[in-house]
Amino acid sequence: MNVPMNLRVTATDRPLAERLVVIGNGMAGCRAVEEILLRDPDRYAVTIFGAEPRVNYNRIMLSPVLAGEKTFDEIIINGPDWYADNGITLISGDPVVAIDRTTRTVVAKSGRVEPYDRLIIATGSDPFIIPVPGNDLAGVVTFRNLDDVETMLAAAERGVSAVVIGGGLLGLEAAHGLALRGMGVTVVHLMPTLMERQLDEAAGYLLKTELERRGQTIVTGGDTAEILGRDGHVAGVRLKDGREFPADIVVMAVGIRPATSLAKAAGLEVERGILVDDHMVTSDPAIMAVGECVQHRGQCYGLVAPLWEMCRALADAATGRPSGYEGSVTATRLKVSGIDVFSAGDFSGGDGAEDIVMRDAARGVYKRVVVRNSRVVGAVLYGDTADGSWYFDLMRRGEDISSIREALIFGQAFASGGALADPNAAVAALSDDAEICGCNGVPKEAVVACIKGGARSLDAVRVRCKASASCGSCTGLVESLLVLTLGEAVEGGPKTLCKCTRFTHDDVRRLILERELKAIPQVMQELHWSTPHGCASCRPALNYYLLCAWPGEYVDEQHSRFVNERMHANIQKDGTYSVVPRMWGGITSPRELRAIADVVEKYSAPMVKITGGQRIDIFGIRKEDLPAVWADLKAAGMVSGHAYGKALRTVKTCVGSEWCRFGTQDSTGLGVRIERMTWGSWMPHKFKIAVSGCPRNCAEATIKDFGVVCVDSGYELHVAGNGGMKVRATDLLCKVATEQEVLEICAAFIQLYREQAHYLERTAHWIERVGLEHVRSALFDDPRAIGRLAARFRHSQTFMQEDPWAKRAAGEDARLHQHLAQVRPYQPMEIKQ
Amino acid sequence: MIGDWLDIGPVDQIASGNARTLPVQGGEEIAVFRTLDNHFFALVNRCPHKGGPLSEGIVHGRAVTCPLHNWNISLETGRALNPDKGCARTIPLKVDAGRIYLLREAVVRTSAA
Repeated sequence: MNVPMNLRVTATDRPLAERLVVIGNGMAGCRAVEEILLRDPDRYAVTIFGAEPRVNYNRIMLSPVLAGEKTFDEIIINGPDWYADNGITLISGDPVVAIDRTTRTVVAKSGRVEPYDRLIIATGSDPFIIPVPGNDLAGVVTFRNLDDVETMLAAAERGVSAVVIGGGLLGLEAAHGLALRGMGVTVVHLMPTLMERQLDEAAGYLLKTELERRGQTIVTGGDTAEILGRDGHVAGVRLKDGREFPADIVVMAVGIRPATSLAKAAGLEVERGILVDDHMVTSDPAIMAVGECVQHRGQCYGLVAPLWEMCRALADAATGRPSGYEGSVTATRLKVSGIDVFSAGDFSGGDGAEDIVMRDAARGVYKRVVVRNSRVVGAVLYGDTADGSWYFDLMRRGEDISSIREALIFGQAFASGGALADPNAAVAALSDDAEICGCNGVPKEAVVACIKGGARSLDAVRVRCKASASCGSCTGLVESLLVLTLGEAVEGGPKTLCKCTRFTHDDVRRLILERELKAIPQVMQELHWSTPHGCASCRPALNYYLLCAWPGEYVDEQHSRFVNERMHANIQKDGTYSVVPRMWGGITSPRELRAIADVVEKYSAPMVKITGGQRIDIFGIRKEDLPAVWADLKAAGMVSGHAYGKALRTVKTCVGSEWCRFGTQDSTGLGVRIERMTWGSWMPHKFKIAVSGCPRNCAEATIKDFGVVCVDSGYELHVAGNGGMKVRATDLLCKVATEQEVLEICAAFIQLYREQAHYLERTAHWIERVGLEHVRSALFDDPRAIGRLAARFRHSQTFMQEDPWAKRAAGEDARLHQHLAQVRPYQPMEIKQ
Repeated sequence: MIGDWLDIGPVDQIASGNARTLPVQGGEEIAVFRTLDNHFFALVNRCPHKGGPLSEGIVHGRAVTCPLHNWNISLETGRALNPDKGCARTIPLKVDAGRIYLLREAVVRTSAA
């Protein structure tokens, strides 16, 4: 929403305060005012002139707005309330056209005259327009403000092709946004390397390759000769070498120049920018200047971090406690969805400088640190930028790195000699003024102060001090600070799935559904896994989450399953396996017992034993014998007991009304029916069921994931029990009257557990985490919920209820059981003489 | 010399991300790994921790996780990754014209001790 033109937000007059006029309602001007107010809120009566007819917004975040990732409202820094609350008069849409230093007044376009005691010039910079024919055609835009974004979006609606002149930071972000909006984009860059101010040749090449892979056309070494037009509107761009590219819109992103015309006309000293001293004072002591329009110690800045430092120095000087700004060492982080690039300092190398480089082509990583006199002077990181802040910190502090030179390129985790890749330790070692959030200029001490002041979760930190609220690249750093400052008391934010990702289990599951991801490599690519192939934690978890989300459609990865689930048997400490055929409800028959006995003898199994789950376990089977063992058991009608899997294990029973004098219902029959319904289903963890015939509970149903206790009037359903290391008795879920309801609720509960619990959570842990009430609510609030969940479970079972043993016995996946060959070294025979 | 290398067959006997075993009569079984980016490695199939079958572990990147107690073993060096210590013996391997070769002397050496 744009504030209408000529907005006047005024507040109470303060006749005794000094009059401060600020020319420029951008990020630097407003931040300077914020800093002044922080230090001395009553000293000045502030008036801000802004050329754009809107409130103060984050210009850097225009890129996500162009790309459609954020709305304008989300990038506003200070809305109308801020001006009103702080007694600031905002005159927007009426730019200042002249400064009269003798009368100490400024004159606006409308003719309005405003007197000042102190003046701050924060006019920013103007985009440079290359002087070629056609640069004034309709459809040639720059990328500085919201109007530009709106022009570009309009072009994206109607048009097909875009040419971006300038492959620097801004040009590439414009190209990305336009490409996302469906345009065919060509980037024309004069120099041979993209982003040559921030990247070296190698990183620039990697970046170019990646962008081309995404469908953009990148032309380096391209010098624009003319912008071609038709009927007064752009139609294309022609280069000096004769190549032509069609264009419905041309974005000029070739650089910026400090906007100094006002200052120059007023007689201030100006070179490339308005000259200021260390207190941001110009050649006129009543006038200060800040931001992109200034030149300080010979430097002009086009990045945001120096602006914050300048504003602090300006505010210190303007409130009587001058501190002195000494210039900034800058770093750039480029984040174009999935491409992480970091650059800091001077990486031109040359004499006396030493390069330390690490590449990993398979991972698309390139890291280069430039060292001079044992100090880091520059760094370029492509693909793995986690150590950016650390290198930058070393650079700013001028720290001697001789003792860690060998490990320097591997990053802080290794070079500090500390534990492998502990992100918290890395952040703890940063100095207090190390910058955590570049987009909003928030140093480490500010984040820590914010946390100590009551922000106990990531969201709270974002709201209160803005760190990680914009592009999100520093989210990990903020999370580490939360953990370091609060320890266990960090709120919200469940743990991430594993070290390969910043997403939580719930995020991953939601995204798998939303984005219809059906294979592990696809998940890792789309969700920006930080490792090329995951790890032993996330692969099995992802395999399960895909299986649960897309039964029958997902791509199973056997090599991502734990060995037991791959071999369908339990691996023992000597590398042999144990085999447990299923015994429905714990009931067996002479035929089954004979088959088991025969297998034990035929394969010389060293031990056969009754299990806690009411079935029989055969030990000591070698992997190459498994298919044959299964074939023998199958011949007797037996199937896999899944004693090895994160799946339904057993349904234990005690005899009920069929035999027992105390039995109230047919517990054995019900148990068998439950097992027939649920066998074969893969779950977040093992799942055990039991059905007891009466409240004496001889089947120990009250320490099972799902337990049924039969009573005279029906069935009590219990959930989330757990034997094992930490015993947990079940919670009573509900009571029902019929077997049909038992089966239906059992299926629904199982499906709820399958869909919601994190991989490796037993039902006990899941319910401790989400609460029994949540489960009750999910099952009972909506009368159709149980039916729906049960239907999803049954649907899933149509794909799962296949005996894996039968398939293996028939020869499927034979290579898992067979050796490649056997080596028999030649033993020369002794020849007796 | 041809005789220096033992031909154990075509590369597609082993699926990507998997391993297969090669028992050595009178010696220690060897595990041949194929990583997800299709590089091949061979180790003696015994985890330095408690002798678990590394061939049954999950392969990720250039490492395998032992199925018994989750030690991570580098396929390139055979060394257990931090914080564990230990080493599984590596067997020199090469791939030539689509077939896998192991250094004969390294394979046979297992039966000497």
